[in-house]
Amino acid sequence: MTKEPILRVTDLTKEYGPIKAVDGISFSVNPGEIVGLLGPNGAGKTTTINMILGILESTDGLIEISGKDLKQCRSEISKNINFAAVYAHMPANLTVRQNLYVFGLLYEVENLKDRIQFLLHEFDLEYLVNTKAGLLSSGEMSRLNLAKAIINQPHLLLLDEPTASLDPSISRLIREKIQAYVKTTQAGILWTSHNMNEIEAVCDEVLFLSRGTILLRGNPRTLPAEHGKKDLEELFITVAREPLFLEIS
Amino acid sequence: MSLLRVYAVFVRQMFLIKSNPARLAGIFVWLIIGIVQWGFISRYLASLGQDTFSYITVILGAIILWEFMSRIQLGILMAFLEDVWSQNFINYFASPLTIREYVCGLILTSIATGFSGFLIMVAIAGLAFGYNFLIIGLLLLPFMSILLVFGIAMGIFVSAIIFRLGPSAEWLAWPIPVVLSIFAGVFYPISTLPFSLRIVSKGIPPSYVFESMRTITATGSFPVNLASDLCIGALLALIYLWLSCLFFMSIYRSNLKKGSIARFNAEAL
Repeated sequence: MTKEPILRVTDLTKEYGPIKAVDGISFSVNPGEIVGLLGPNGAGKTTTINMILGILESTDGLIEISGKDLKQCRSEISKNINFAAVYAHMPANLTVRQNLYVFGLLYEVENLKDRIQFLLHEFDLEYLVNTKAGLLSSGEMSRLNLAKAIINQPHLLLLDEPTASLDPSISRLIREKIQAYVKTTQAGILWTSHNMNEIEAVCDEVLFLSRGTILLRGNPRTLPAEHGKKDLEELFITVAREPLFLEIS
Repeated sequence: MSLLRVYAVFVRQMFLIKSNPARLAGIFVWLIIGIVQWGFISRYLASLGQDTFSYITVILGAIILWEFMSRIQLGILMAFLEDVWSQNFINYFASPLTIREYVCGLILTSIATGFSGFLIMVAIAGLAFGYNFLIIGLLLLPFMSILLVFGIAMGIFVSAIIFRLGPSAEWLAWPIPVVLSIFAGVFYPISTLPFSLRIVSKGIPPSYVFESMRTITATGSFPVNLASDLCIGALLALIYLWLSCLFFMSIYRSNLKKGSIARFNAEAL
């Protein structure tokens, strides 16, 4: 029996006047799967994530989450998705606990106090519970962002460079937490990153995006060899510099 | 509509107010200064003579009601600006929160802060100047209802403009209560205005409230035509509320298309 994808994107397009930021892309994310969305700056990764989050209206195409059309029932669908992004921090003037409480209410989390307590323990935030988010270090803020991202136990988690600007130790900790979450909940994850080692370590499939279109897709561990490159980083640089060459070959 | 999510928007604002005394002072200090200042001005005017006219009753009553409406408008605006300054829209609108729930949360916040300010003003006016606000009687209910609805409408309207033009348009919000007070006849009868400005006053709901209040405090009675005036004022306030909500929704939809919700800051717009 085939599993129904948690996320199915079909011919998704976003135009800003004459510019096509995303040009008819299609892909899916299955339960328990981590899909990496790669590409140079301006390739359309964040635009794609914003459309899936429902904070950017697509020009054309279809986004289905657990079989439901996002445009038809955004609020209902949003209860089962969440995100963490390097550019979207928690409000700096609320404490760690207040932030988790407010977002727990927004996602209508049951047994919220217990859930907050669990997350504070899980992400080692207990000693920061009454600290304002604006006073947290990058690593602490990333842990808070991630705690908020799984507060509603989402079926689909969108992570836009969740480990950017973090030291290797905290990056690994964050990766391990996300992988453990996927293993226990069978959630689907769409993950963007510029760290190719990280992508190779965690993703089951990668999509290379350039100028709004998907140029390549496949297993991150075998894809470089299939295109005559020694590793994912070399492949990334080739895609970033010579997207048309790869498109033809 | 989820009441829990409306409460989430409200409780975030309450956390902010509770956490920083400067915010609390911002809500109440100007109100207290205004009441004390106008209380002394009214007392001075009363000392000039004119025993037949109660300056304290008319001026302090008008100030309290006007500040109540202004605080409702500013309550919505300040709550909205807190989300602008903390670039919180991406977190909010990527969650199940709908735009209606968000606006209701802002309204709830402004009602809480507006009524708190109102009670403090009434207390100070009573203790310091012997002003009994209840002298207006049951008519206080329609008066305050009209001002509440119009204050909400103005708060949503101004927030929508900032939502469209970005935080750099924030300065547009502050002079609005002052400009409206000219046409609303807060301190003088509408008949004082030139004919052309009187026409504008007819379209401003608070003008019906303040004209009625002056008539009642001057004559002690409530003529029938005042009831119809209050109905017109209430209807206008509801129309403005409806239009401002439509305006806010249309700006939200436009921002969804442009992508400015994800990166809402002065430079992005």
